[in-house]
Amino acid sequence: MALPEIQVEPPRTEIPIAVNGRWAGYRSLLMARMKELWREPEVIFWVFVFPLLLALGLGIAFRNKPADITPIAVVSNAHAQSVMDLLQRSPVKDSIHADVLDEKTALDRFRLGQYALVVSEDDNGLHYRYDPARPESVLARSQVDDALQTAAGRTSPVKAEATQSSEPGARYIDFLIPGLLGMNLMNSGMWGIGFAVVDMRQRKLLKRFVASPMRRTDFLLALGSSRLVLMIIEVALLLGFGVLVFHMQVEGSLLAILLVAGLGAICFGGVGLLTASRAQKIESVSGLINVVMMPMWIFSGVFFSYERFPQIIQPLIKALPLTALNDALRAIILQGASLGSQWAPLAIMAVWGGVSFVVALKWFRWS
Amino acid sequence: MHGMETAICCRDLKKTYDGKVEAVRGIDLSIATGECFGLLGPNGAGKTTTIEILEGLLEPTAGEVEILGMTWAGHERELRELLGISLQETRLSEKLTVRETLQLFASFYRHPASVLHVLEELSLTEKADAMVGKLSGGQKQRLAVATALVGNPRVLFLDEPTTGLDPQSRRQLWEIVRQFQRHGGTVLLTTHYMDEAERLCDRLAIIDYGKIIASGTPAELIATLSGHHVVEFAIAGGNGVGNEVWARLPGVQKVRSEDGFVALRVDEPHHTIPALLEAVHTQNAQLAHLTTRQASLEDVFVHLTGRHLREE
Repeated sequence: MALPEIQVEPPRTEIPIAVNGRWAGYRSLLMARMKELWREPEVIFWVFVFPLLLALGLGIAFRNKPADITPIAVVSNAHAQSVMDLLQRSPVKDSIHADVLDEKTALDRFRLGQYALVVSEDDNGLHYRYDPARPESVLARSQVDDALQTAAGRTSPVKAEATQSSEPGARYIDFLIPGLLGMNLMNSGMWGIGFAVVDMRQRKLLKRFVASPMRRTDFLLALGSSRLVLMIIEVALLLGFGVLVFHMQVEGSLLAILLVAGLGAICFGGVGLLTASRAQKIESVSGLINVVMMPMWIFSGVFFSYERFPQIIQPLIKALPLTALNDALRAIILQGASLGSQWAPLAIMAVWGGVSFVVALKWFRWS
Repeated sequence: MHGMETAICCRDLKKTYDGKVEAVRGIDLSIATGECFGLLGPNGAGKTTTIEILEGLLEPTAGEVEILGMTWAGHERELRELLGISLQETRLSEKLTVRETLQLFASFYRHPASVLHVLEELSLTEKADAMVGKLSGGQKQRLAVATALVGNPRVLFLDEPTTGLDPQSRRQLWEIVRQFQRHGGTVLLTTHYMDEAERLCDRLAIIDYGKIIASGTPAELIATLSGHHVVEFAIAGGNGVGNEVWARLPGVQKVRSEDGFVALRVDEPHHTIPALLEAVHTQNAQLAHLTTRQASLEDVFVHLTGRHLREE
């Protein structure tokens, strides 16, 4: 069983060359974590690409269109031509499109939503058929009536003037981007910390680490720092995307945005650590993470304003960390609010993050 | 050089899980500096629990542990700097290269060994820039040992270092352990392979149900058996012959039969075998199989417990 090679003992010249300083372990852990993330194509997709795709899709679907042209049908009878003539003379004729159709066809297409209104005139005057449950139908009725009456010579007894005004930052995409940023910080915090920790525990890597002189605080610090690095990239990508593609206006200071996003990332890192403090299997922590995040996807005003929920649950909604993060991000990005004015949502995030972190450390299992 | 110093020592170690499962029921060990000591036993005997208590990863229910003259309670940080530990089945990050993994572990130690040197020593230089996920089982296991050696330890703990490896990878690991020992290192390893214990360990303790049932050098343990040789045979077409026939043969100390095979423990095979052939002839039977070998640690274990180390 002796190996054929000749063993020449190298003298143990190994005088340790390197002496590691206090932060060598932390730096290596952070570097290793970043490399691992970078080499995981799924991470790149879910953290960076997916939110951009979501923003692009929703931004296009809900983009602000120029004022719609109202499609109406005019019932073809002896009076149809006079209705068309009146419309032609109306000052708003460009915003109304009228087709002359027989009554049955007109009503069928109205029912299918192709026309917002059916107009017919007989000897008794004009008759509008509209659906009070369809906003565009209600609008069409008053629009068309107004146009016809004005064209027929009605004058307004009171002089009125209107000025057009579109508030900057009031488009849906402006509302959406900060919400997506908040949601993304939550997702990547929960998965990036929670999932990673349980995965390492399941692989017994945590146990292997604590069997070495690695400082446990360095490990947690490195995890948290890796989140902050990713956070900066996430913010830059989503905001940059909003500005470049949707010409979004960022009103507040970048520093304030980064500080709020950083607090959000740390807060959800803490919550993620708490969900991961005991779980032994990635299957169980995946379930836990989804349970924790689900209410916030719905209630925290990512895709639509939480004001739509009943008044009675508003305080609960506002106490959620993602609501706080989204509110603060929107106030700073869209309204240019100062960091100081956002103390309430910032405090909510700090409490969630702090309490989760302390409890997580108490419960945490390395093996 | 410090042959007589004690590197690892524990007294009356006990571990009870959840107040009922007694995994370790009173273990005493004293391992000298420079020794390679093995804990041999079947799965579930309490080897891993014992080694993890010694590694300071598990709290014992009772008993004392001293490593290099220090206790875990008083000197955890110093001890961690001096020990190299390889756990059973750690899965290292697959998306890091071999070199990056070693650099990571080296960074935890104040005075690590050179990563290049450890790569060389463990024949991993060629794989230095390969992702851990692409390594073979044997290479992964060598890397696990490398993460323990990169801290420049004085004591090496290896929990089942060769389980699941092919024979060549196992021999490679044995050579690594011997080399560490040649440089003055102390090794404690667990195994359920008796050949590993026999060839690698200077001394060993056989553990069963959380207790040491025998300890000593492999030769001493085998010498405790009366009858150092084993004669194994099988009778063609099964056997209608009772064991008492074989027990009466000259020099036979013990008879065991199993799955149609009969194993005789004997002192002098050259006396027993002619008598055995004679007896087979008189029984009008025919041999289907006959071998003779030195008694092994497996026989010691079977003798002590009536079971095999690896029960299928």
